[in-house]
Amino acid sequence: MAVREAEPVGSFSEVREAGLDREDLLAIYRHLLVTRGIEERGHILYKQGKIPGSFYTGRGNEGAAVGVATAMGPDDVGTPLHRDMGVHVQRGVEPWKIFAQYMGREDGPTRGRDGNVHMADAKLGMIAMVSHLPAMLPVAVGCALAFRIREERRVAVGWFGEGSAARGDAHEAMNLAGVRRLPVVFVCDNNQFAYSTPSHLGYAIEHLADRAAAYGFEGVVVDGTDVLAVYREAKAAIEKAREGGGPTLLELKTLRMEGHAVHDDAFYVPKELFEEWAQRDPIERFRSWLLENADLAREEEDEIATRVKKILNDALTRAEDSPQPDPATLLDGVYATPEDLDTPHHK
Amino acid sequence: MAEKTYLQAISDGLRQELQRDERVFVIGEDVGVYGGAFKVTLGFQEEFGPWRIIDSPLAETAILGACSGAAMMGMRPVAEMQFADFISCGWDHLVTVAAKQRFRVGTPVPIVVRLPSGGGFSGGPFHSQNPESSFAHIPGLKCVCPATPEDAKGLLVAAIEDPNPVLFFEHKHLYRRIKGEVPDERYVTPIGKARTHREGDDITVITWGAMVYTAEEAAKQLEGDDVSVEVIDLRTVMPWDKAAVLASVRKCSKVLVLHEDTRTGGFGGEIAATIAEEAFEDLDAPVKRVCAPDCPVPFSPVLEKAYIPQVEDVVKGLRELAAY
Repeated sequence: MAVREAEPVGSFSEVREAGLDREDLLAIYRHLLVTRGIEERGHILYKQGKIPGSFYTGRGNEGAAVGVATAMGPDDVGTPLHRDMGVHVQRGVEPWKIFAQYMGREDGPTRGRDGNVHMADAKLGMIAMVSHLPAMLPVAVGCALAFRIREERRVAVGWFGEGSAARGDAHEAMNLAGVRRLPVVFVCDNNQFAYSTPSHLGYAIEHLADRAAAYGFEGVVVDGTDVLAVYREAKAAIEKAREGGGPTLLELKTLRMEGHAVHDDAFYVPKELFEEWAQRDPIERFRSWLLENADLAREEEDEIATRVKKILNDALTRAEDSPQPDPATLLDGVYATPEDLDTPHHK
Repeated sequence: MAEKTYLQAISDGLRQELQRDERVFVIGEDVGVYGGAFKVTLGFQEEFGPWRIIDSPLAETAILGACSGAAMMGMRPVAEMQFADFISCGWDHLVTVAAKQRFRVGTPVPIVVRLPSGGGFSGGPFHSQNPESSFAHIPGLKCVCPATPEDAKGLLVAAIEDPNPVLFFEHKHLYRRIKGEVPDERYVTPIGKARTHREGDDITVITWGAMVYTAEEAAKQLEGDDVSVEVIDLRTVMPWDKAAVLASVRKCSKVLVLHEDTRTGGFGGEIAATIAEEAFEDLDAPVKRVCAPDCPVPFSPVLEKAYIPQVEDVVKGLRELAAY
């Protein structure tokens, strides 16, 4: 089973065939802008000293994240990572809660218990990541196992990066999923650098998606800066899983356009590489596509930009008003109570 | 009520939960067709099918991670580690994901991990360990170590009902050696409550798991010295029944903490420290620990006997305390 390299998306008719109408396309554009906006504003907050700890962004990965999330069904679940803010945005997390999370406030999804993108809203089908990066892949496989046991037509999406692909969790998860043909899609955000370590020191094959064959399922390499190609391939993989066709490994190739975290100036990434990939900025690329293929009008573009700006401004104000967590509540929730089982997942 | 082995009690409890709650499923290595390395799930796959009694690849992280994911989706997974020792391969998942998810994002992870643990039959360094102290140190996990068939069933039911990740340490040396009356109907033995295995007035032994029987034998021998020994079976080490321990300490004034795990960092240290902090004035002697030495579990029967606390080690400790 050879790995397949996905073609770019061409015309609007091709997109329509993949299930998106013009409204959907504009929503994708908005989600991309909100995603980048949240991270740009977050970076400013960090420099202002308003965000404790460190700060991570997914610049360059917005199209990959939003593309996959758009392909997921409402009852599907996923485990997005720290370059996948676009998944949370697309699933409907309110941006003010993300800023509150960044700042460690009471209204963030983790109520100050954890920071940055270590968050998720269970009501939106998301499961919060941990720092040990491929650790969420076996969890995604377990979600898929539950769906399979109960014979539900739901799919789990598990994210990892090319760096974390070196760890055993990734292997164990894909192997179990392959053996049991579980409804799970593995998404590798391949941004070419694991902190400072380039891909060629992380794995010795051409594409990480080549590994899928070893687990008995299909691997697909996609240009992660092409949001529509990502959507099309994710949609196909998710629906295949839903129909009982088993897992797929999608490798979404991008370049991490900033350092590992904002303290890191990424001096080890060749300047030419940044210049090359800057030409393929996922948002600029999609905007051009919309202008050429979907008659995006200047007024429409301005209207979206204005709306996004207002969303972000309002979100920041609201987040800054969110209280600090109360130290008296520190021990709350170390252990769950039976009432805690009354959650969307557990019903 | 019928007399059952410790192993049969665990098996019956698990089968009853599978029968009454379709969210419960079992996953582990060789648990299906083979019925588990110790035959706890013998015949289960015929009764419940291959999607509820799941033979997994040899991959502890995948087993435990999949349990967490399935639990978050509303299932009640019961994982079997073939030997408790193999949980080292799944440590990261339990400690990093399962133990912290409720605290971080409010998502409970109700999983049970069954851990055939303990030595006494030349299992060697990798089939004999008692790793409960390592996990008792991790906030968010619960650790259960039943000693009797009745408790084994009731605590397993409690573990499956519990909304947290629960590590269920079942001592292999008790599997077929220990028999007792076990109610046929479903019942729950609460997690966090100790049991007085034997009443006494002069010295209390705080212990759990297979060491309960070692303590009992030693206590009988002390009868000849006219020393009355109480044996408290902790039943669960996290959470542990501090009130019951302190009450027994206050009654007897002398304490021996006994466990099969190694000494340094073993859970006995926590118990001894708590007694020192909260019942110092009630003590008539320093708290004594009898534990395995700081050494891997050896293979040779002679060496293993020197490693695992024996009745005579406990008797010696009790006599020293009595004489103090």
